[in-house]
Amino acid sequence: MRPILMKGHERPLTFLKYNREGDLLLSCAKDHTPTVWFADDGQRLGTYRGHNGAVWCCDVSHDSTRLVTGSADQSVKLWDVQTGTQLYSFNFNSPARSVDFSVGDKLVIITTDPFMGNPSTIQVKRIAEDPEDQTSDSVLTIKGPQGRINRAVWGPLNKTIISAGEDSIIRIWDSETGRLLKESDKESGHQKTISSLCMFTDKSHFLTGSADKSAKLWDTRSLTLLKTYQMDRPVNAVAISPLLDHVVIGGGQEAVNVTMTDRRAGKFEAKFYHKILQDEIGGVKGHFGPINALAFNPDGRSFSSGGEDGYVRLHHFDPDYFSIRM
Amino acid sequence: MAAVESARPQAAKLRWGELEEDDAGDLDFLLPPRVVEGPDENGIKKTTEYRFDEDGNKVKVTTTTRVRKLGKARVSKKAKERRNWAKFGDAVHEDVGSRLTMVSTEEILLERPRAPGTKEEPSVSEGLGPIQPGAVLMVCRTCGKKGDHWTSKCPYKDLAQPPETFVERPSTADAASAAPGGAGRSAYVPPSMRGGGERTGTEMSRRRNDENSVRVTNLSEDTREPDLLELFRTFGPVSRVYVAIDQKTGMSRGFGFVNFVHREDAERAINKLNGYGYDNLILRVEWATPRPN
Repeated sequence: MRPILMKGHERPLTFLKYNREGDLLLSCAKDHTPTVWFADDGQRLGTYRGHNGAVWCCDVSHDSTRLVTGSADQSVKLWDVQTGTQLYSFNFNSPARSVDFSVGDKLVIITTDPFMGNPSTIQVKRIAEDPEDQTSDSVLTIKGPQGRINRAVWGPLNKTIISAGEDSIIRIWDSETGRLLKESDKESGHQKTISSLCMFTDKSHFLTGSADKSAKLWDTRSLTLLKTYQMDRPVNAVAISPLLDHVVIGGGQEAVNVTMTDRRAGKFEAKFYHKILQDEIGGVKGHFGPINALAFNPDGRSFSSGGEDGYVRLHHFDPDYFSIRM
Repeated sequence: MAAVESARPQAAKLRWGELEEDDAGDLDFLLPPRVVEGPDENGIKKTTEYRFDEDGNKVKVTTTTRVRKLGKARVSKKAKERRNWAKFGDAVHEDVGSRLTMVSTEEILLERPRAPGTKEEPSVSEGLGPIQPGAVLMVCRTCGKKGDHWTSKCPYKDLAQPPETFVERPSTADAASAAPGGAGRSAYVPPSMRGGGERTGTEMSRRRNDENSVRVTNLSEDTREPDLLELFRTFGPVSRVYVAIDQKTGMSRGFGFVNFVHREDAERAINKLNGYGYDNLILRVEWATPRPN
């Protein structure tokens, strides 16, 4: 395949998200400016100007009209997708790390980092239909002593919140009361910080990637460990294919080896694994730096990867991808 | 691709004395209009536009784009509307020459770790493949099997014939071997035909060899099998080398495989040569199959 290279960001990419219909791709990077691209040919549509710090995460509403972004400048901003205007800004006392719209887009989960004595928090805010009515009130706040929470998402039917972070334990919380319902098992779970989490389309299972060089697939309801995929480098980004039984995992490099990198062109690859058999299907090379973000198009026919090199690579699969046999 | 030519500002048509300072932006009427030569049968579209660069020179920018149909997409009505949205933010001033989005010049494949089921590369297969008309069948006396090299170029030439080094041939064990061996005492029987025990021997050795297969990438264009052999034999006996060659250009496709007899040698070779500079490129040497442990 001929990937489309999009160099809109000056700094490393942090997150990629497709809208529900798969025609727009949103990219967040450390350069303060989330960008929206057309997902078929990679043309840039626009940028959202307003943040003053690295943008860590974003989410787009079901109808692709609202965008929410979480940034290190201690704010979470709500934008109009089409025009790029900022509709509202939630301000916090610490960098915001992860955002996620609920089903129905009426609520949003925001996580903030531990900072200056404040513990990390998971907050649920209401999103008003009309931006004029938007307030900063939290519907729910969960304060955790656990270290940085890297990703928190809604569980099925908005009943639960699933969080994962630096202490390598996945926690499931009740979304109405904030009570801790389940924790992942310490022995079989990750051993190092969990960097990324991706829900399957129907939310029945999810994939987490960790610096312990593995990615693990979990059942949402029982939090049992289903599968483990072994990588040879710390995992920064994971994604599950909505169409086939594939998962894709992208990673970084050991900090130890930084000075030994010989910068061979495009060495960093996104690895495809068979979701059920756990075998490696193959790798897609091309990035000049560790891969920090991965996302599948909801139609499963293309995927994009964002790297430390600032490039977004959009890949449309060749016909023979769909007939891969293990 | 964009080609830029500069032309001296036309003196005849406009008197510079009559120009006002801030009319600089309005000089567009001086420029010929943009010409778009539509997609031809290859889908190539040429857009020629003119603009003034910083020094006031008239500049012609030719952009050649190839419009490629990637496939049909079923888009929802909303998605179609979004296609027509106006650009905003930093994308507002995007012009034809913007290089933000580019198609990769390299073809990127989903590289399988091992071809499913069968052996890795077509080169490893036993057969000679379809013989093109006019090709000479190269037979090597040493290994007798390969059809791609002559005896003097045999990668096995340093070894005793491979089957014999690995397998203690039971001299009379195989009934099948007795027949050709005994039938013509004086006739020369090439190693490959010396009985059934041999055959399994070679296959076993070949299979073991594939565990010791080392993949070498980032080879320079004119690297060939003998070069790799030269480079790798210092680590130990090499049973096979292969360099992928593009049939059309005759150049190396940048990668190759080296099969060692002993795995330890392969390991040492990987450790020593990975990152080694060879003929102006830095080699990448690794196990060809997922790390055999």
